[in-house]
Amino acid sequence: MGKVINIQPVTRIEGHAKVAITLDDAGNVADTKVHVQALRGFEKFCEGRPVEEMPRIVCHICGICPWAHHLASSKAGDACLGVTPPPAAVKLRRLMQSIAYVSDKILNFYFLAAPDFVIGPDADYSVRNVVGIVQAAPDIAKQVVKMRHLGAQMLEHFAGRAIHPTFSLPGGVSKPMTEAERAEMLPLAQELLEFSKFSMNFAKENVFPKYLDAIKSIGVIEVGYLGTVTDDGALDFYDGKLRLMKPDGSYDDFTYDQYVDYIGEWVEPWSYQKFPYAKKWGKLNLSLDNPVGVYRTNCLARINVADKMATPLAQAELEEFRAAFGRPAHFTLLYHYARLIELLQAAETAVLLLNDPEITSPDIRTPVTPKAGRGVGCVEAPRGTLIHDYTCDDQGLITNVNLIVGTTHNNAAINLSVDQAAKTFIKGGKYDQGILNKVEMAIRAYDP
Amino acid sequence: MPVNVVSEWLNACSGCEISILNTGEALLDLLPHLNFVHIPALVDHKYYGQTGDGTTLEIPEAVVGIVSGGVRNSEHEHVLKEVRNKTKILIALGSCAAYGGIPAQANMWKPEEVFDKVFRHSASTEPSPDPQDPNVPPWIPMCKALDEVTKVDITIPGCPPHPDWIADALTALLEGKTAWSLPERSVCDTCPVIREKKSAGGPIKRALSNLEFNAAEGLDKMRCINEQGFFCMGPVTLAGCAGKTGVPRCIQARTPCRGCFGPIRKGARPMVDMMGALTSVGLDPKTVVDRRAIMNRYIGGHGFLAPLPARPAR
Repeated sequence: MGKVINIQPVTRIEGHAKVAITLDDAGNVADTKVHVQALRGFEKFCEGRPVEEMPRIVCHICGICPWAHHLASSKAGDACLGVTPPPAAVKLRRLMQSIAYVSDKILNFYFLAAPDFVIGPDADYSVRNVVGIVQAAPDIAKQVVKMRHLGAQMLEHFAGRAIHPTFSLPGGVSKPMTEAERAEMLPLAQELLEFSKFSMNFAKENVFPKYLDAIKSIGVIEVGYLGTVTDDGALDFYDGKLRLMKPDGSYDDFTYDQYVDYIGEWVEPWSYQKFPYAKKWGKLNLSLDNPVGVYRTNCLARINVADKMATPLAQAELEEFRAAFGRPAHFTLLYHYARLIELLQAAETAVLLLNDPEITSPDIRTPVTPKAGRGVGCVEAPRGTLIHDYTCDDQGLITNVNLIVGTTHNNAAINLSVDQAAKTFIKGGKYDQGILNKVEMAIRAYDP
Repeated sequence: MPVNVVSEWLNACSGCEISILNTGEALLDLLPHLNFVHIPALVDHKYYGQTGDGTTLEIPEAVVGIVSGGVRNSEHEHVLKEVRNKTKILIALGSCAAYGGIPAQANMWKPEEVFDKVFRHSASTEPSPDPQDPNVPPWIPMCKALDEVTKVDITIPGCPPHPDWIADALTALLEGKTAWSLPERSVCDTCPVIREKKSAGGPIKRALSNLEFNAAEGLDKMRCINEQGFFCMGPVTLAGCAGKTGVPRCIQARTPCRGCFGPIRKGARPMVDMMGALTSVGLDPKTVVDRRAIMNRYIGGHGFLAPLPARPAR
């Protein structure tokens, strides 16, 4: 074995990781690993906590998608205590999730991903970042900052907190929306929708066409997909059934509480992050030539498993996307494209909900009483399916927690994509910072 | 001349960094004065050189170092010390950095108990040995606040800190100041609810039902949450969560405070003070469910949370 190239830390992602690329004596890639170095232990320290406190504890798993964890936890609590939230509570939860999605996707596309495309993958690192974007395209940058901030302000103004919310609880939500609040938020949601349309067109005209070669080469793998769909097959961020699709496009649908029959988690000694895999497809195999059990989540997975989008503008974009790339679409960098299709659905959904008269109903919480039970709550976080599985005792205190969240599902696939990228670009011991950045682009596509 | 800034995140969720972005257009005014020479969230500067050929972890020199997250493993310690060595002013950003934060709830267990649960007792995980590899840094025994490891110059608490205070502290530094802190006031001091200094008594209620309020009216027409008989940490929590102008964020959501800005002053004993506050309105602090964890939710570093000694065998 020869040299090891370390990329540390992996940057412009939302976590802590390191890539180690081992070269053989000829300087070609023998092995790559993505080491996830952080572990906080939520599954343990939630034991003993009251189930109604969980949504405001586990949101801290992720500061970028706290709303998704907040809602998955509320749904797990609903299920533990056997309670159905009133319709207006569900609509308010969906509204908050949709607005949070818009902010999240704007952040990822413009702040984290765009520097590789707008400034260029080989550019010097000192300019290949959001500050470089601000200098290269100040008007767009200003609009981006404004729109992302607008989403955060909408959440904060109505629900008190944009980050680490307290609004949703088992049985519903903490406060109703008044007509005045609805009337104030609707034009703001329309503004977000306009910006979402702009972003889609901007990317299709100015960004994606230049990088078709990169899309066809960086991180390409063919694996399965997981996402949430409604009974009629539409993509849904908040509720539905889980759909696990094989690389050939065939799939199984199952309910939340059946997840343990379909998904197992493997542990490797070299990463704190576990490796979820599709149990029914065989034992997990992480080899690039013959991967087994590997599936992906997050936007590309969702638009692959869904028969259709839930809203008209997003559906039109999906049709155009499928005409170009098929179903399932496997190219990893298409995550960036899929993210913008979802941005449209999230913004359209926010507008629809704010036009729904029922959203201002004062009936927003079904009171709950502690009882023993187990409940699995799932939602689609921006980074993938969240599975929150809680058991509580007759006092409503948590006795067991299992979490499979967002990017964890993508762990195996990210390792494969990085291996593919490293093997494609590093030959005969030759590499530079631009090549190593292309390897990182294979990770960034997953927005981990 | 822009000021060089280094930013790092340790045992963190990235909410603090999102809160920096939530400064909004004020951020665009600040940016030209700040030169981020190392910030893994946004800039591709690497520890071991851009092609990973270095042998020691290096972070560029800077005037200001901003660190979010507590210290949970050996690499966090290493990175924190390097930031301290290379910066003149070290800012602890957020309640994980200031007090250990939510992840310091894990301090109620020994590390091996946490690992045993995560890798061997989960519904979907193939029971396996703990990951052990030079590339996965081992845990240290406790989750610590930054000042338990090194000297901290400025603390901006909060989970997350409000963007107003981040902008305010950075602006103060740009003006040449070297100290900054929030005024020592409680959340109650900034909370507009009606207080009558007494409750109806009875066991303290859990959040199983909503507070009593009229949504069409402002918070100034709602009765104090503790006086309604629910548990609210406002009396012992540092004010400032809503920035310079707003009302406390959780109260705005019609939910109780859980103490995310930490104690009002250094050296305070929030749990003792909170029991006093409850007693003073006629509530029995012993009826708070999950008392130790809930009263130390954001402040489990500094020895506030530790594994309980084993009960003596009878």
